[in-house]
Amino acid sequence: MSVMRRRLRIAAAAVLAAGVALGSAGCSKKDDEGSTGEGGQVKLVLQTFQNFGYDQAIKDFEAAHPNIKVEHQKMGELRDFQPKLVQWLAAGSGAGDVVGLEEGVLLGYVQNPDKFANLLDLGAGELKANFPEWKWNNAMTPDGKKLIGLGTDVGGLAMCYRKDLFQQAGLPTDRDEVSKRMSTWQDYVALGKQFKASGKVKAAWLDSATSLMQPYVMQNSETFFFDKDNKFIGDTNPVIRQTWDLGLQMAKDGLTAKTQRWSADWDGAFKNSAFATLPCPAWMTEGVIAPKSGPANSGKWDIATIPGGGGNWGGSYLAVPAQTKHPKEAYELAKYLTSKEGHLAAFKEAGAMPSDIAGLDDPAFKDKTSEYFSGAPTGKIFGESVKNMKPVFLGAKHQQVWETIFEPQMQAAERGRLSSDAAWKKAVDEAKKATS
Amino acid sequence: MSSTVGAVPPPPAASPPSSAPLHRRRSYRLGRWDLKYSPYLYVAPFFVLFGVFGLFPVLYTVYVSLFDYELLSGTKEFAGLENYRVLMQDAQFWNAAYNTLGIFVLSTVPQLIVALMLANLLNRQMKARTLLRMGVVIPNITSVAAVGIIFALIFADRYGLINWLLGTVGFDPIAWRDNRFASWFAIAFMVDWRWTGYNALIYLGAMQAIPKDLYESASLDGASTWRQFWTITVPLIRPTILFTVIISTIGGFQIFTEPLMYGNGLVRGGVDHQFQTLAMYIYEKTFTGNSEYGYGSAMSWLLFMMIIIFALINFVLVRRSVKGDKK
Repeated sequence: MSVMRRRLRIAAAAVLAAGVALGSAGCSKKDDEGSTGEGGQVKLVLQTFQNFGYDQAIKDFEAAHPNIKVEHQKMGELRDFQPKLVQWLAAGSGAGDVVGLEEGVLLGYVQNPDKFANLLDLGAGELKANFPEWKWNNAMTPDGKKLIGLGTDVGGLAMCYRKDLFQQAGLPTDRDEVSKRMSTWQDYVALGKQFKASGKVKAAWLDSATSLMQPYVMQNSETFFFDKDNKFIGDTNPVIRQTWDLGLQMAKDGLTAKTQRWSADWDGAFKNSAFATLPCPAWMTEGVIAPKSGPANSGKWDIATIPGGGGNWGGSYLAVPAQTKHPKEAYELAKYLTSKEGHLAAFKEAGAMPSDIAGLDDPAFKDKTSEYFSGAPTGKIFGESVKNMKPVFLGAKHQQVWETIFEPQMQAAERGRLSSDAAWKKAVDEAKKATS
Repeated sequence: MSSTVGAVPPPPAASPPSSAPLHRRRSYRLGRWDLKYSPYLYVAPFFVLFGVFGLFPVLYTVYVSLFDYELLSGTKEFAGLENYRVLMQDAQFWNAAYNTLGIFVLSTVPQLIVALMLANLLNRQMKARTLLRMGVVIPNITSVAAVGIIFALIFADRYGLINWLLGTVGFDPIAWRDNRFASWFAIAFMVDWRWTGYNALIYLGAMQAIPKDLYESASLDGASTWRQFWTITVPLIRPTILFTVIISTIGGFQIFTEPLMYGNGLVRGGVDHQFQTLAMYIYEKTFTGNSEYGYGSAMSWLLFMMIIIFALINFVLVRRSVKGDKK
């Protein structure tokens, strides 16, 4: 019955890995890491997850630095890479000289930055002006003394909408007109009510009440679930409850499709055209909406600006673990990959949207349009959303508190499983417990 | 064998006294060692590997469980039994234990009963017998993840096959995830779909070892097939039933992938953790958030103990209820 056992093996790996990894990681990776090859050549290991699109950028970097050889280890999905990285960092060896950190992961490390080199000591201070302020600040410890990551891609945020459904409901379909009609969230809700009142469409206005939360709070507050001392303030930050109520009110008014993001029902809702709008980061357009909606809906989607103007969802960083033997060279690599050239190469290769301001203004990115989304100028729309975004302090456990606590509870309230107040109380209690 | 070879060394011949008998004696000793120790050597690879990858991690887990050990923050302080004390009061852990037990009962009981019936049917003379016998294990060779994805679609809340079917005959859709019992049922269904055939095949193997004349004389005495099944088949394959019960207990308590896939890949197991199993909770604590290895290790140990206890309870229960040949 080895197959049945394998089930737990994933989780038992949890426990076993604690022993095995600590025992073996020390010897497994050591030999090929940090070695200095013949002729004084330095070998760097770069570890990334998913697809950062760095193949060409690394070649260019090696050409410019003949004394450095880069081994790019692609570690698969974030969820596979993350636990390994945690172990390698704890064990003191095994991690690459430069590692990719997803935004949520990075925020977790900002609170415990010891395992990473301070990029400010390596000369990163001069790069500050290259990035949007919030992107830079996210990788900075709260005291402002240590920087652990340089920004790679960003998500940006726009409002994807179904042109065909808008037309059926008698709403404007032109993206500039639509953007104008939903320049604030109040307008957006009003337009949704008009959409529904037309009585000509079966679809809901928005996929889920929870979709409102991230963009709305980030536009209207300087903090989210945590204050700058990383204390949980989700219960006292008035904007969060305000957004919660706004979203659930939309659900009550029948404006949301009440589907849970990333579920089979969400997929089905795309195919069945069950909602007309969806706040979407750049990576979601071609990467999620297009494949989930299918070729049959090509040209029916379009992209307007997000109500409120700016926003971001997702993105990553490159960091240099403190265990590296070549911090200088590692920093050079991270610096190059997060420069304009590196960003644009990654954009070309993997569609990753630059977080480098010059990169956002470069025609290679700025003039990008999307055929699936009715030829929408994605480069321009998403670029502006990133530049318009205000810096928001998220805190180390933001992702955890949002994705595993507040979002599910809000969905439960949306589906009517719990009352709004009961769900709120549960979320707050749970978050307090998780962050104490 | 070695004793006959070297037991009676011939008396040394007159001239070259030394080398031959010495050689003999050595081969005699080697032969004895060979006989005595080589069996251990042959099984050693298993035990060495088991020691390195099985025993050591298990014992190390005990050690780690005594620490306040968080990988993310790098804390590692001796905490004694503190983790276990916290665990006793951790409502989410006991909720996970409750779910695991519930899903286990809901899946294993029907699974083994159906498997038994299925094996009994397959044990008869019929056409395409081999094909049918092999057919029942096909679900078992599909990947768990694939099974999870497909069943998550079938049991999807809004666009799922079952809710659609219910809708066509006028029933309300079932909240497959929000309702605790419904979620348990769906997960148990997945497990059974995969494992019933496998257990049936094991039972079938045991049934084929039962001498046919027992059935013949039973039918001569006028026993119905049903009676024969309960008084001949079941008692005679009792050891096999015990085996499957133990194995199912071990597997059932570690259930992880099915509920994970069912909950859209979230380790939370539903809004209220209504289908979060122990393995999922261990994963949540150990690999997400603060990576609390110490606490995760303590939970793993407790799970280990629970599996042993439940396996024993099941063993006793089944042995009592299924009467074998009395001695």
